[in-house]
Amino acid sequence: MGKVLMKGNEAISEAAIRAGCLNYFAYPITPQNEVAEYLSKRLPEVGGVFLQGESEVAVSYMLFGASACGARVLTTSSSPGISLMSEGLSYMTAAQCPVVLINIMRCGPGLGGILPAQGDYFQATKGGGHGDYHLLVMAPASVQEAVEMVMQAFILAEKYRNPVMLLGDGLIGQMMEPVEFPEDYIVPPVNKDAWATSGMGTRKSRTRNLVKTLYLDPVELNNHNLLLKSKYDRMKREDVRFENYNTDTDYSALIVSYGTMSRVCITAIDNLKAEGLEVGMLRPQTLFPFPEKGVHAAAAKKSCKVVISVEMSMGQMVEDVDRSVKGQRPVEWYGKCGGEVPTPEEIMDVVRAKLKQSS
Amino acid sequence: MGKTYKKPEALSDNYTHYCPGCTHGTIHRLIAEVIDELGIRDRTVGIAPVGCAVLAYNYFTFDFQEAAHGRAPAMATGIKRVRPDLMVFTYQGDGDLASIGLSEIIHAANRGEKFTTVFVNNAVYGMTGGQMAPTTMPDQRTTTSPYGRKVEDAGMPIRIAELLATLATPSYISRHTVIRPKYITKAKRAIKQAFTYQLEGRCFSLVEIVSTCPTNWGMTPSEALDWTEDKLLAYYKLGEYKTPE
Ligand SMILES: Cc1ncc(C[n+]2csc(CCOP(=O)(O)OP(=O)(O)O)c2C)c(N)n1
Ligand code: SF4
Repeated sequence: MGKVLMKGNEAISEAAIRAGCLNYFAYPITPQNEVAEYLSKRLPEVGGVFLQGESEVAVSYMLFGASACGARVLTTSSSPGISLMSEGLSYMTAAQCPVVLINIMRCGPGLGGILPAQGDYFQATKGGGHGDYHLLVMAPASVQEAVEMVMQAFILAEKYRNPVMLLGDGLIGQMMEPVEFPEDYIVPPVNKDAWATSGMGTRKSRTRNLVKTLYLDPVELNNHNLLLKSKYDRMKREDVRFENYNTDTDYSALIVSYGTMSRVCITAIDNLKAEGLEVGMLRPQTLFPFPEKGVHAAAAKKSCKVVISVEMSMGQMVEDVDRSVKGQRPVEWYGKCGGEVPTPEEIMDVVRAKLKQSS
Repeated sequence: MGKTYKKPEALSDNYTHYCPGCTHGTIHRLIAEVIDELGIRDRTVGIAPVGCAVLAYNYFTFDFQEAAHGRAPAMATGIKRVRPDLMVFTYQGDGDLASIGLSEIIHAANRGEKFTTVFVNNAVYGMTGGQMAPTTMPDQRTTTSPYGRKVEDAGMPIRIAELLATLATPSYISRHTVIRPKYITKAKRAIKQAFTYQLEGRCFSLVEIVSTCPTNWGMTPSEALDWTEDKLLAYYKLGEYKTPE
């Protein structure tokens, strides 16, 4: 199969099927409704399960139940919907259930608006639900990358027995781009006998499995949390992903930006280069684990005078950028989050102004 | 002489944490007997609620999942949809099912999800210390209705069996109790019927069981049994509310 022109939401849906996920539960919300519409048609064709739940709260527990008994499952939603799923996310993370969630973000807070934004960064990376937990969060910048990340997300979810969230914005879901589906993408089956409640009769051992999150003994619960922490530490060692742009130059400013926003930054960087100003960019592909070392190293470059976090949120990622830069350089923020995407011209102005301030 | 009455294989050896005079334990035993008799232990998954039965999984010997408060029907839906061959039941209290999880149970029942719910109605929030539930009787004193439940403030107690029986989707809905031996055999028959419908892939099934909470009602176990019979059963009428065609 060659390249096909597809809308982001539909490409994501098809990618999930090709990654071997035939179970989908969801509740409608703009701007990601095309996923449910596409899968309601496609899943019956491939013998899969499609169910429109009565609410996002219910959907998150449909995922939990299905994942806990060993199935590969997916849901998609958008910001307010993810808020409702947050209770379930805390439980699924505590119970170590691998599920994949896609958040095609809209602008908030509250009902906000249906245009693209990145205002759910804190919720996604710091845990929107209660307790000490993390999701593994991936952020695609194109439809092609979204397709590949969805496929990888199932592998990562099963590797860590942890929910994985793909954090895209409304643009990623709505834009059409040519995509190619990796042909040889075979997600290896994972042996879930050790923990999944798939019925005792299906296991050689014939011992019963229990999926739970309650630990009344403080020592036991602390140990459970330490176990979860060791997984997050392992993610930080093994699955941090980012890309650099124009960082082989002696850049005087470093932009950190992700998702759709990073593409606008690339145009700004190219335009500035034509004017004789070098700007580098680091684009996190995983937001948790955050590329702390990558950002630290990129900010350490001698020529670099300022680091600017460009986001479609009111200064959320900048906190992670700041903590990674560790005071080597001034860290600035620029963003908008009413649904407008900052233009290349705006970003060029911001870079010039911040450079002036910091020199 | 052989044993005529022994512990079901589906029940564990653990002592339960339930208070004296609480009928959660009896209900557990009936479920375990039914699972043994139907020979389905190897493919059963139970879902424990949040409430006094939160530790139910310690008392059974087959696969179990633990739900968040009220969400057991959604979990059961997820399991049944991806693994229709499994036998799935939720075990839920009245705070769990009739309050926070009302939406989940209504929609699961209305979709005709093919799992079984054992709904334990003791007219109070037991685990959290006896607060008012949607099922609390008018004038019943609880820690959050110290002057007795006022209908003007809190409405009338919700009758779940009747409510769910209004749904057009085929289902099996009945109400029982286990407070006297004469009721116990009927309750067991209903639980077995509910599981059998599921086994046959026929319909959603729910057995409401009117239960006791002597601890939070502030009664002795025997007073609690009498109160259940006199007060609760007068409002929560036993019987079959819906059977599939
Ligand atoms: C989201 C959430 N809200 C509240 C609670 C606290 N809580 C635990 S058990 C319970 C009441 C359970 O009562 P019921 O379902 O009637 O069962 P019983 O204890 O009477 O058997 C409540 C409110 C919780 N665990 N989670
Ligand atoms: S508090 Fe009530 S419902 Fe809970 S175990 Fe004790 S008697 Fe039973």
